[in-house]
Amino acid sequence: MRDPRVYQISILSGLLAYGVVGLGFEVDGVDAAAILGTALAAQLVATRLVGLPRFDPKSALISSLSLILLLRAASPWLAAAVAAGTIASKFAIRRRGKHVFNPTNFGLAVAMLASDRVWVSPGQWGSAAFFAFLLAGLGGLVVHRATRSDVTWAFLGAWGLVLFGRAAWLGDPWTIPLHQLQSGAFLIFAFLMISDPKTTPDARSGRVVFAALVALVAGGIQFGLHRPNALIWALFLCAPAVPWIDRLLPAHRFSWGSAPSPRRAQAPIRPSTSNLPSAA
Amino acid sequence: MRTCPPVFPRRITAVLGAGLLAAALTAAPALGFCGFYVAKADTDLFNQASKVVLVRDGDRTVLTMANDFRGEPQEFAMVVPVPTFLERDQIHVGERGVIEHLDAYTAPRLVEYFDADPCRQDFRERLTSAAAPAADQAEGARLRREAKKLGVTIEAEYTVGEYDILILSAKESSGLETWLTDNGYRIPAGASKVLGSYLRQNMRFFVAKVNLEEQSKLGYTYLRPLQVAYESPKFMLPIRLGTVNANGPQELFVFALTRTGRVETTNYRTVKLPTGAELPEWVEQDFGDFYRDMFARQVKREGKAVFLEYAWDMAWCDPCAADPLSRQELQQLGVFWLDDRKAELGRRGAPSPAQDVFVTRLHLRYTADTFPEDLRFQETGDRSNFQGRFVIRHPWKGSPRACAAAGEYFRQLARRQEKEAQSLAHLTGWGLSDIRDRMDLEGPTPADDGGQPWWKKLWGG
Repeated sequence: MRDPRVYQISILSGLLAYGVVGLGFEVDGVDAAAILGTALAAQLVATRLVGLPRFDPKSALISSLSLILLLRAASPWLAAAVAAGTIASKFAIRRRGKHVFNPTNFGLAVAMLASDRVWVSPGQWGSAAFFAFLLAGLGGLVVHRATRSDVTWAFLGAWGLVLFGRAAWLGDPWTIPLHQLQSGAFLIFAFLMISDPKTTPDARSGRVVFAALVALVAGGIQFGLHRPNALIWALFLCAPAVPWIDRLLPAHRFSWGSAPSPRRAQAPIRPSTSNLPSAA
Repeated sequence: MRTCPPVFPRRITAVLGAGLLAAALTAAPALGFCGFYVAKADTDLFNQASKVVLVRDGDRTVLTMANDFRGEPQEFAMVVPVPTFLERDQIHVGERGVIEHLDAYTAPRLVEYFDADPCRQDFRERLTSAAAPAADQAEGARLRREAKKLGVTIEAEYTVGEYDILILSAKESSGLETWLTDNGYRIPAGASKVLGSYLRQNMRFFVAKVNLEEQSKLGYTYLRPLQVAYESPKFMLPIRLGTVNANGPQELFVFALTRTGRVETTNYRTVKLPTGAELPEWVEQDFGDFYRDMFARQVKREGKAVFLEYAWDMAWCDPCAADPLSRQELQQLGVFWLDDRKAELGRRGAPSPAQDVFVTRLHLRYTADTFPEDLRFQETGDRSNFQGRFVIRHPWKGSPRACAAAGEYFRQLARRQEKEAQSLAHLTGWGLSDIRDRMDLEGPTPADDGGQPWWKKLWGG
């Protein structure tokens, strides 16, 4: 089976094209080049430093495209710094043989904490239903290929419960949670960020617990603390819980190279050393 | 008014000198911002437009609500959900003129340029200016008793300026609705659910009526804007009550004044207003109509979107539809972070421009269907300048026979004017043939074509 990251790269590229042409995203060419160049260079340097056998640009490419889609920065230097931090986090912050944070999520969260010159525009996608469906279909393909679609479906269910539950409690019309669900930013998060098989718990039950935890924390941030980009913050805050969930609910480790044959899944799987990729 | 730096626009030179690149002639950005303001499109063009100024830094907010109520003062009553309880000193009555000034400063604008004499080797962009148009206790006890019966708590009562203000909280929305209706606040049918939602979100209700006695003492013939200052992480504007029983779409202008950068909505798309298009000269007379129809078309095209009409550092403007707001005006609007030391320096020396204030003007047209949720905002780190700006270029008035370059100039002019007509049609939806009919085409007639055979232009040659 082909590496699912190839599909992710093409989908992210398609989204970027749609965003720029169809929605008028202000993707600065210099920022985009700075992100892409820095991320690939950082991946190359880290590959040499860690002594990995070969340079694999796919994961760095996915992180770059995700950053280009989501990150807005006041200068290309800031964009490059975020890209470098994103890739570095994969190699530097590790526990029990796998990186703790989804790299893009880590890069965005730390950058927003560190500087008020960096931001994410959650409203940029709008809520065109057509786009929502398109994205759902494409995202579904990716999660299916990556074999860990359960975390996405569990998150969609849990987040839906949070939004519809809140609307029911407030007596709001359903148009409000539906509007919130139609957000492209939410779907990108669900299909392309939380779904990263390298940073989610190994056991299916663990992934369901994790998805529900992220949805609850995000609900607290969005409706309790009234902060934007709640999903990004929630994933960032919950990621350190993954090693604990893995300890409580152990299962075999995911590796891009070993996905997704059931027969192969029976075999003892050791942490991948061929590369250290991640999804977006 | 700013003068144009004496830089020759190279692209235009190339076009005129070599007779190439017609597209470049019609591309506005070559001229930068160096134009003259001739007309602005302010909020008065829209009926029933609400204007609010949001001053925000950290969790501190000062909200100014412009009051364009035109009926009898005793008929006026407003109900606004607010995130926190408000002390007397957190409420203020501002001056209308400041909002009008802010509106004029940020309004989409039309700028004009004059084509230079193509026969002069060293011609420069020649600009002429156009005048900028300016741009009792027993009663209180009764109210409280009635309120208590309905589960409504009058948390505070104030008289501020010409307004009587109450801060209300309630246990149940139906009780609140009944109390408000009984006390002359016109609440549309079906608002109960929306009131209930705000109550569950721990919002209070700021309700205001005009105190006729105070108003006659103060001598104002119009209602001044109400201002409230509060500290809350909620960076939002409640718009839902306005949509419950609205007759058609509502128009809202939000002027955000922040320290860091541009403000955008987080739960709706923020889209830039089309800008920079070159339009036929006669648009100058109908700029208001143009702006209204252009905005309506953008709303139709983009759907659920909030439009960015202006984003600029308050220290300057170019071209200026109105002067930037003074430090005193900014303070009146509630900008609380202005540095007193800089002001001191300004008093001693030259007048100091406004500091650390970035203005964002947002415009939206909404109904309950298109904007079901309240507006939520965030401040971004983006300090890049943006203005809704349209351009008219007055053709050179010479003869096509004046020199060799003049003939080429008029050929380019005809193409440019066609492009202007198409831009106008595209932006407003106006009929292209009507636009062409109204255009005062001063280019050469086929017989007066600088010596070119008539068939040269027959197939667009």
